[in-house]
Amino acid sequence: MARKPKTQAELGEGVTRRALMISVGMGAMVAALGARMYRLGVAQSDKYRLLAEENRINIRLVPPARGQLFDRAGTLIAGNEQNYRVVITKEDASKAIGGVQMVLDRLCQIIPMASDDVAEALKALERNSPFVPIPVAERLSWQDFSEVAINGPALPGVTPEVGLSRHYPQVGDFAHVVGYVGPVSEKDLEGVEKPDPLLLIPRFQIGKIGVERWLESDLRGGAGTRQIEVNAVGRVMRELSREEGIAGADVTLTLDARVQNFVQARLGSESAACVIMDVQTGDLVATASAPSFDPNLFVRGIASADYKVLIEDDHRPLANKVVQGTYPPGSTFKMVTALAALADGVIDTETRVNCPGYYESGGRRFHCWRTGGHGSVDLERSLMESCDVFYYEIAQRVGIDKVAEMGRQLGLGIRHDLPMSAIAKGNMPDKAWKERVHKADWRIGDTINAAIGQGYVLTSPLQLAVMTARIATGKHIEPRLIKAVSGVETPIAPAPDLMVSGEKLAAVQRGMFAVMNGETGTARGSRVADETMIMCGKTGTAQVRNISAAERETGVVRNEDLPWIRRDHALFVGYAPAENPRYAVAVVVEHGGGGSAAAAPIARDALLSALTGGIPPLSAYPAEQRPAIEERFNALSLRFDNLGSQAPTKT
Amino acid sequence: MSFFENRTATAPTGLAKLLHFHWPLVLVISAIATLGWLMLYSIAGGDFSRWAEPQMNRYFIGLAAMFWVGLMPIWFWNLTAWPAYAIGILLLLFVEFFGSVGMGAQRWIDLGFMMLQPSELMKVALIMALASYYSRIDDRLISHPLWVVLPVVAIIAPTVLVLMQPNLGTAAMTLAVGGMMMFAAGVSLWYFGAVIGLAAGAVAGIFTMRGTPWQLLHDYQYRRIDTFLDPAADPLGAGYNIIQAQIALGSGGWSGKGFMQGTQSRLNFLPEKHTDFIFTTLGEEFGYLGAISLLVLYTLVLVFLVWAAVRNRDRFSQLLIIGVAVNFFMYIAVNLSMVMGMAPVVGVPLPLLSYGGSATLVVMIAFGLVHSAIVHRPR
Repeated sequence: MARKPKTQAELGEGVTRRALMISVGMGAMVAALGARMYRLGVAQSDKYRLLAEENRINIRLVPPARGQLFDRAGTLIAGNEQNYRVVITKEDASKAIGGVQMVLDRLCQIIPMASDDVAEALKALERNSPFVPIPVAERLSWQDFSEVAINGPALPGVTPEVGLSRHYPQVGDFAHVVGYVGPVSEKDLEGVEKPDPLLLIPRFQIGKIGVERWLESDLRGGAGTRQIEVNAVGRVMRELSREEGIAGADVTLTLDARVQNFVQARLGSESAACVIMDVQTGDLVATASAPSFDPNLFVRGIASADYKVLIEDDHRPLANKVVQGTYPPGSTFKMVTALAALADGVIDTETRVNCPGYYESGGRRFHCWRTGGHGSVDLERSLMESCDVFYYEIAQRVGIDKVAEMGRQLGLGIRHDLPMSAIAKGNMPDKAWKERVHKADWRIGDTINAAIGQGYVLTSPLQLAVMTARIATGKHIEPRLIKAVSGVETPIAPAPDLMVSGEKLAAVQRGMFAVMNGETGTARGSRVADETMIMCGKTGTAQVRNISAAERETGVVRNEDLPWIRRDHALFVGYAPAENPRYAVAVVVEHGGGGSAAAAPIARDALLSALTGGIPPLSAYPAEQRPAIEERFNALSLRFDNLGSQAPTKT
Repeated sequence: MSFFENRTATAPTGLAKLLHFHWPLVLVISAIATLGWLMLYSIAGGDFSRWAEPQMNRYFIGLAAMFWVGLMPIWFWNLTAWPAYAIGILLLLFVEFFGSVGMGAQRWIDLGFMMLQPSELMKVALIMALASYYSRIDDRLISHPLWVVLPVVAIIAPTVLVLMQPNLGTAAMTLAVGGMMMFAAGVSLWYFGAVIGLAAGAVAGIFTMRGTPWQLLHDYQYRRIDTFLDPAADPLGAGYNIIQAQIALGSGGWSGKGFMQGTQSRLNFLPEKHTDFIFTTLGEEFGYLGAISLLVLYTLVLVFLVWAAVRNRDRFSQLLIIGVAVNFFMYIAVNLSMVMGMAPVVGVPLPLLSYGGSATLVVMIAFGLVHSAIVHRPR
């Protein structure tokens, strides 16, 4: 039923009715607000006045304990130590007559403070909110710390407190792999959308490089809070509530602190790297890079003079040469060339090549390291005596692309994913690579160079260890560094077989056996006498300079006569025991000279150390070498030989 | 009064219009603004030029705008209502793509001399548009579903745009003001009942299903709601401010600590102490009496507005005034309940008191519209 439209007056009454309903609602809300005002301002006024006048509630973040790092046996690698420090709150310090400056001046009279530290503290006070406590002095002695506490009344806004700071009890042994922590810098916060509130705590420590950095999210933990009551000058009266932070996760590494310590000490002051890998699991048992440095220096804030020494050292102590350094693999690459040729079928295990001391191709002569040549050689002897011509020939037959493919299959030219900083990819060149990077055709000479691991081929010690582990087992082993996080074991994926038949691998393994145990093996001097730990390996000597025809005429200059920086790199890869391989090793000694003399002995000591879990027993060495070895070991300064079972272990 | 009489009744012309301005209202508004300048002067620690002076200048610009808007005939504003709405939407779209980012949300257009917040302007445009709409359609169609859908869409569109900025407080206010306008216009109560029932059902559903396998939201979404409803769960963020704000308010007692005597250093951590949290200073320095006086002044404004709406017999004018009143009320209710810890923290200023250009100017323009309605009331 249609009805007539209402008049303005009737409509107006409708609006009035609704407007009154709205008004009632608004009135109720206004009454509620008024009541609340009364409650706050009158009824509970005393409570709030007390809070405002006498004390004040403050909320502070409680930094969590950073997760600790342990070796595979539970030895502490990175822990937290108590740190007595003094913090200052601008809001309260500025209430003093004379302000913050006066408070700092007084503090300087009580505890030793460098003027740099004072200036930095002032800057930090300026930058942060007035209620954020800023650390002004850290690692105080108990004496100084209590001095500050006693003088509290004269130092408004200054609070002595106990914090945690990172400590590396193994000093330089794990500096490269574990890295170190340092205070959050502005660079760390760049580009972070919503930073963890912890990062805003002045001088909060976060991982800067190495495992500390790459496992930061596991290690850091979550912030806790504490509600404290402070009086008008900021002195903490009592703690109202405290919610502990979530401690960071403890991480267990695959490394063995004893082996690592031994290997690191064994490398000494050489510029060198050594990796030991479990060939069954891929676990890295030791990754040493020498020379090393003390990561504790960085935690405390390294003095610029100390830093300069580290930076200017031509042995590059800060670099983790295990993954960062890339070197031509030299003759240690010969197994790759051999396996490529075997797998392709261009040679078999019986194929012989005549070595007259050089190889001629396209009018150029490529020399074997032995001037007179090796005569007729087969695969086994070519490895044992490291004949170059054999590999020039077979590399020509199989072609560079197949060699590169085999190299990649064995883990060269591939970035192995580990929580370490600046992992290098190395280089495994092929025709397409040269076309892409150098805009040039691949030449025969390039293949010949690559066949013996020179030229464009670049590998890191880690990659060489992976290669050796794969040759030793015939399986596609991947390296692993993190054994467990919070006690949860990192799973090891079952390794698939390599695409090389067992008998072909065995031929190469026989060659590597001969290198160390054959009558004319290049590394016979570094053989193992103990039947249960017989070692296989391959030496390598990588040139870092060209030998001209003229020099060859007059006789090649001996390495010892060259300046250090132009000497050859010494390399060695190997595994043991020969029968049932357990560990693979790769050693690079930068500018160390020949692989058999400089690298092989280190590799033997390292492997024996891994097999025996500490300092190798002299009985494993050939009898005639024992006195010299014993003397060498005695000269090493080891952390574990006298510490023994007293080493700090995980409870 | 018949419809005919209504139309032929004469409204004042020329400067005589000024006599018909609602001078008591102007007085109360000015009193509130003056209180604001005092507080800003005090918060700046006795520095007049820091906040008080610019705010004063803005108020006088706003006052001029109010008089200009008030002198324009009311039919003009009825005609320009929908164009204003369209411009408001365009400005919102503009900030969505080109606006400056402030406090993590896109809200502002930089006009050079001030930062304009289109979401504030939009609310006034929405009030005008809805008033205009209901003054034009046949009253028998008000509750017809088809004619209900249009204003609902007109409310939802800016709400969604404001929500995307994201500005939850203003979005909720836009929705509430629009809803109240429809309510005032006489849309059937069944609709409101249905919407409230559905919303309550949804909220109840979401929370009762929590923890069961059929829960409607993810766990982290529930936790987010928790922190929003209970800021104490986030003691380093919003909760900290709220605790300190309550201490400041409560410690004022009956008559406060006196002008300039508030222990301001205590509130140094409050980033919004001169804007959204300005009420805490008032409560601390002038106590309960000061706070309740402000509430009385605000209530007076609301009473004046509602009375002006009831007395008016022009439908557009009536709805316009009610819309402005509801908008003004929402600011107060949301801000005060937030500062006093009765509601979650959302960024809503206290009108005429908080330091800020957009809100002051927009509130004054809205009062200008009210004056245009009062002055040109059919007599």
